[in-house]
Order: sequence, then structure tokens, then C-alpha cells
Amino acid sequence: MAKIIVVTSGKGGVGKTTTSAAIGTGLALSGFKTVVIDFDVGLRNLDLIMGCERRVVYDFVNVIKQEATLNQALIKDKRTDNLFILPASQTRDKDALTQEGVGIVLDELAETFDYIICDSPAGIEKGAQMALYFADVAIVTTNPEVSSVRDSDRILGILQSKSRRAEKADEPVQEHLLLTRYNPARVDAGEMLSVSDVEDILAIPLLGVIPESEAVLKASNSGTPVILDNASDAGQAYDDAVQRLLGKELEHRFLHAPKKGFFQRFLGGK
Amino acid sequence: MSFFDYFRSKAQPTSAELAKERLQIIVAHERGARANPDYLPQMQQEIIAVIKKYIAIDQDQVSVQLDSNDDCSVLEVNVTLPD
Repeated sequence: MAKIIVVTSGKGGVGKTTTSAAIGTGLALSGFKTVVIDFDVGLRNLDLIMGCERRVVYDFVNVIKQEATLNQALIKDKRTDNLFILPASQTRDKDALTQEGVGIVLDELAETFDYIICDSPAGIEKGAQMALYFADVAIVTTNPEVSSVRDSDRILGILQSKSRRAEKADEPVQEHLLLTRYNPARVDAGEMLSVSDVEDILAIPLLGVIPESEAVLKASNSGTPVILDNASDAGQAYDDAVQRLLGKELEHRFLHAPKKGFFQRFLGGK
Repeated sequence: MSFFDYFRSKAQPTSAELAKERLQIIVAHERGARANPDYLPQMQQEIIAVIKKYIAIDQDQVSVQLDSNDDCSVLEVNVTLPD
């Protein structure tokens, strides 16, 4: 039985697409057949982040409207086995996503895939609601910043009231917190909310902490999911998050700034 | 923290502490509102309008609250009448 994972946040620009690409790639590397679906109709970007923008022929909306088959629209990743991308339509609007249509496509994907990752658009409109409606698991991507935390809490409310599992009174959607763009040095200086601050407020289990990292921009520049950059802190942190998602217990890393030398501490330099 | 920071007074909260405090308040408030049914705000307004027709009161002298227990909901309307 396929597991449907939604990567959501409410707020834009917190790292949903980066996370979808990284987690999808990580699951495929672990041997699971995985598809990542872009739900951001009109503003697709997953294709760019995963480096397959020039191979898009048909899209998610074409499949829903039965203008193309799933096999025609699915793009097989060139780097990673077991990994597929279903791009969003760039020309239609969000109303092209109907609950019935999305449900049929997800059912068909569930026959052959182990994991279906739904990359949600920002906001709480139709696209975001469709992305989370069918989810079994939610990865709530949050930055340690007031507006992002507040929006994440709002999204948690929607998961608990408007998802299929909530409507059918099934077991609730499994919620995970993924804290991204974390800067331990600023946390130590009292300038940024800490992991435990955000955990206190949102009260959901922590899947991982991704440090603010130059590797993320470099990865998106080249269209390579950052998890493939094994040498980078962000890549390793995403790797840990994937292993935790698969049930492994790993200690959280990258929570503390590198120790400063005596003179640096004494003089307060960076 | 640098050597010179030890001389600064510790009275002021850091900006992160301020952020956490503000978030806790707004999130608690919004969670409370989320639990209420959609019609509650409008009903509140209408109840206040009816009371206002007969008594000169301010908006903030009326509170309408819905509390739900396991098997029953209680609608509580509190009006502070002017002397």
C-alpha cells in the first residue's frame, strides 16, 4: 500500500519544494519506488529544482483531464533509480484540480508506487487543500520565524479538520515538523527561535532540523536535489530526516554552532 | 557572548524570547477560534445588536462563548449592564 506524504507549510518560501525533492530522492535511494507530484498549478518549480524542466511534455492537469496517460506525463529521474516526477501545469489555474480527479490519479499511482510525495503550493487555497486532502503523513516545513510558525499552526488545523482522514474519522494524518533554515549561532545569540521553542508552540514530533546552508542555493542553481550533496550539512540533515521517516532513531545533528576559540569568545568576533 | 556582554543588564528579554511569547499568545487565541463553529462570529454580532436595541452598551461589555463538553455544548452570553 502506497503512503501519501504531503509537504506543506502555509507560508511560501520556507523550503517545501527543496524538501519534496530531497525527501523524494532520499526515499528512492533507499530503494522505494517514489513519485513527487507538483501541486502548484500555474507556478510549477519542482521540475527546475529536480533538473528536469526541459523534459516536461504532459502534466498533472493533462492526466486529470484525461488528455494524457500517467505514463506519458511521468518523468523518470535521470540520476536516481525508482524516482519519478509528475509536473504541475504552468498554464491552467488551480481550479483544474478537482478532488475527484486528484483522487483517481493518486489511486492509479498507488498501484505501482511505494511513496507518493505531494509538494503543496503556499497558502490555504484549493491547490494546498488538494495536496493535503489525501495524505497519510504530513511534513510541516517551518522556518524559525514568527509568520512561518503561525502559518504552520494554521495548516495543522486544516490537516485535523479538512483532510480525508479527518472527514472519514480515520486515524489522523501523521504530523511531522521539519525545521528548515536553522541558524544555531543566531539561536545561541538569542536572535532566533530555537528547536525547542518551535516544538513547544506547534507540539508535533520533530522529523529533522535542516541548517541554513549555502549548499541549498547551489543545489537549486544546478537542479540537483540537495540530498545528493553528501558533503553538505543540509544534505546530511535531509538524509537523517529520510531515515527517521523510515522508522530509524537518529540523534538530531547540526543544532549547535561550531565552538569558537578562546580569543574569538573573549572579543565576541564572528 | 563576548566578554563585554557580561556588563550589560540582563533585564531585557532577547528577541527570540519575545517572538516565542507573542507566538504562544496568538496561536492559543487562533486555536480557540478554530474550535468554534463558523456561524459563531455572526451570531455574536446579532445577539449584541439585539441587546443594543434595548440597552446602551458597548461591544466589549458583551461576551458570547461556546463551551463544549463531551455530550453537550453550552452557549454562554455575559452582558455587563451599565449602572
